Amino acid sequence: MTKLKLLCGAAMAAALMTSAAFAADMTVGFSQIGSESGWRAAETSVTKQEAEKRGVDLKFADAQQKQENQIKAIRSFIAQGVDAILLAPVVATGWDAVLEEAQDAEIPVVLLDRQIDAPDSLYLTAVTSDQVHEGKVAGDWLVKQVGDKPCNVVELQGTTGSSPAINRKKGFEQAIAGHDNIKITRSQTGDFTRTKGKEVMESFIKAEGGGKGICALYAHNDDMAVGAIQAIKEAGLKPGSDILVVSIDAVPDIFQAMANGEANATVELTPNMAGPAFDALEKYKADGTKPEKWIQTESKLYTQSDDPMKVYDEKKGLGY
Amino acid sequence: MSVALKGLRRLAPQLVTLAVVLALIGFAFPGFFQLNWQNGRLYGSLVDVLNRGAPVALLAIGMTLVIATKGIDLSVGAVMAITGAVAASLITSDMPLAVTLALTLLVGLACGLWNGALVAFLDIQPIIATLILMVAGRGIAQLITEGVILTFNDAGLIFFGSGSVLGLPMPVVLWLLFGVLVALLVRRTALGLLIEAIGVNRRASMLSGVRTRFLLLTVYATSGLCAAVAGTVAAADIRGADANNAGLWLELDAILAVVLGGTSLLGGRFSIAGSLIGAMIIQAINTGILLSGFPPEFNLIIKAAIIVVILVVQSPASQSLFVYLRPERRDATPVTRERPAR
Repeated sequence: MTKLKLLCGAAMAAALMTSAAFAADMTVGFSQIGSESGWRAAETSVTKQEAEKRGVDLKFADAQQKQENQIKAIRSFIAQGVDAILLAPVVATGWDAVLEEAQDAEIPVVLLDRQIDAPDSLYLTAVTSDQVHEGKVAGDWLVKQVGDKPCNVVELQGTTGSSPAINRKKGFEQAIAGHDNIKITRSQTGDFTRTKGKEVMESFIKAEGGGKGICALYAHNDDMAVGAIQAIKEAGLKPGSDILVVSIDAVPDIFQAMANGEANATVELTPNMAGPAFDALEKYKADGTKPEKWIQTESKLYTQSDDPMKVYDEKKGLGY
Repeated sequence: MSVALKGLRRLAPQLVTLAVVLALIGFAFPGFFQLNWQNGRLYGSLVDVLNRGAPVALLAIGMTLVIATKGIDLSVGAVMAITGAVAASLITSDMPLAVTLALTLLVGLACGLWNGALVAFLDIQPIIATLILMVAGRGIAQLITEGVILTFNDAGLIFFGSGSVLGLPMPVVLWLLFGVLVALLVRRTALGLLIEAIGVNRRASMLSGVRTRFLLLTVYATSGLCAAVAGTVAAADIRGADANNAGLWLELDAILAVVLGGTSLLGGRFSIAGSLIGAMIIQAINTGILLSGFPPEFNLIIKAAIIVVILVVQSPASQSLFVYLRPERRDATPVTRERPAR
């Protein structure tokens, strides 16, 4: 059976020396963290879609937020002799030993959406977003939007001390640096939640003369923006025109708000980390070209002119 | 008149604390006391304090009764998440509003009865008994929402979060109504006395004919019911059920509110009005911090510092110090360690 498969594979490979043929043959193990958030669920379903599209045989393992489960999954992938392993690491440390085992078995490992503390020779590449860049894209949009007009921005930060909060703040500040008309006048944490986003926005509006002193809201994630939009509406102002709203993540609900004209822009944290990973693997398998050690995913900007209702319908099915 | 005066005197420490906290915020942020009429309701930071404090105030009502029996209910935050999820999933599956609310309250009641049964019939210590639902509750809520934030657009349900009655936001009306109702029920009947009796000595009160098991079941059920109302308010406020974050850590805020209100954690004495004022003190601090414009890294430190000061001032040791320092008492009664006013 195995011999037959091998023969078939060899024959096909000989007949069609294209990357597509390699992809059709590829068996890939995917060790996912678990289902910690809506985004994570979307990442899993997009990975499965991408694999199906390319004819990759995907073996999926859910680690339920435990590193030992991920290590077990990787070992079983090695034992099964997969062609490559995708790993979304739950923590940054403790991967050296199991990655060496994969290397000894000559199975390339690609990291998804998080980096690890290990020598980069142990994995083929890491596909992640750049959080600083995300903040910068949001800031650039605002700079372009307001032009030379003075604009006081209020900022809803993520959970204090978390890396997305620190990096998304940094990126936004880089983008508005040098534009003296744009100032961040208030900045508070909304803990990445809708409830806190709404509560903090209420206090911002009170503190800034009933919201008249606020020109734009920058939220580190869409959920806080959704909460803040309600606070703006309840204060008798129009979100999207009286106060511009820009946020990050691109979850489905923000597209509904954009379709209603209540949010202006969002920067996507794409759940499609597997697509670039499969591309890199196909190239590597075809002629051994090693990709860069870090593949940055696109931080795409969506605005009201991007047919938000259509994106909403597309995203709604992904399990966000 | 004299009853009202007596009540006021008993609540004096809490009222003074609240006044000092409000005055401090007003000093730092002059617009704090400004009230407008907007969109058919009162609008301003003070209203925000009343409104945002609603979940903790509602939880504190039930928590006060539970603590009066020398118990504690750690599950209220998780019950909020469960009931919010139930309300959202029922209303999104096109159930009528009345059915949704009734079933949501019923689920809260059932959660409370579960806690009560563990405490009253199996004699499990309250902190452990309610820990079970605290841990399991968010998982149950996740199962109901299937892991997503379940959003809804039903105007009737949203009314409980952002509607208004007589110029006050609906959540404020709810906690005031609930507070008055429960306070009247326990203080205008012997119920409050019996609950306190259980807190002082459960065995003795049972032997003297108090139906302790039934009463314990009732107080935990009341706590569950309060959590259900709080959960509905929290979900209606953001028009969605967030199983991960709804009511997160609010059980601790509710316990703090009860303690600030002067109810002893050892049971036997309670004041619902005190707990409600306690909840408002906590929320006033939260709102004040948000208005102050300090960097968010300072939030928790400022909150902790203020609460430490309040607790130190309220502590028995400093109370007896005050008594000692009062000039007219100084000669007459040298070192009688008086119990603090509660």
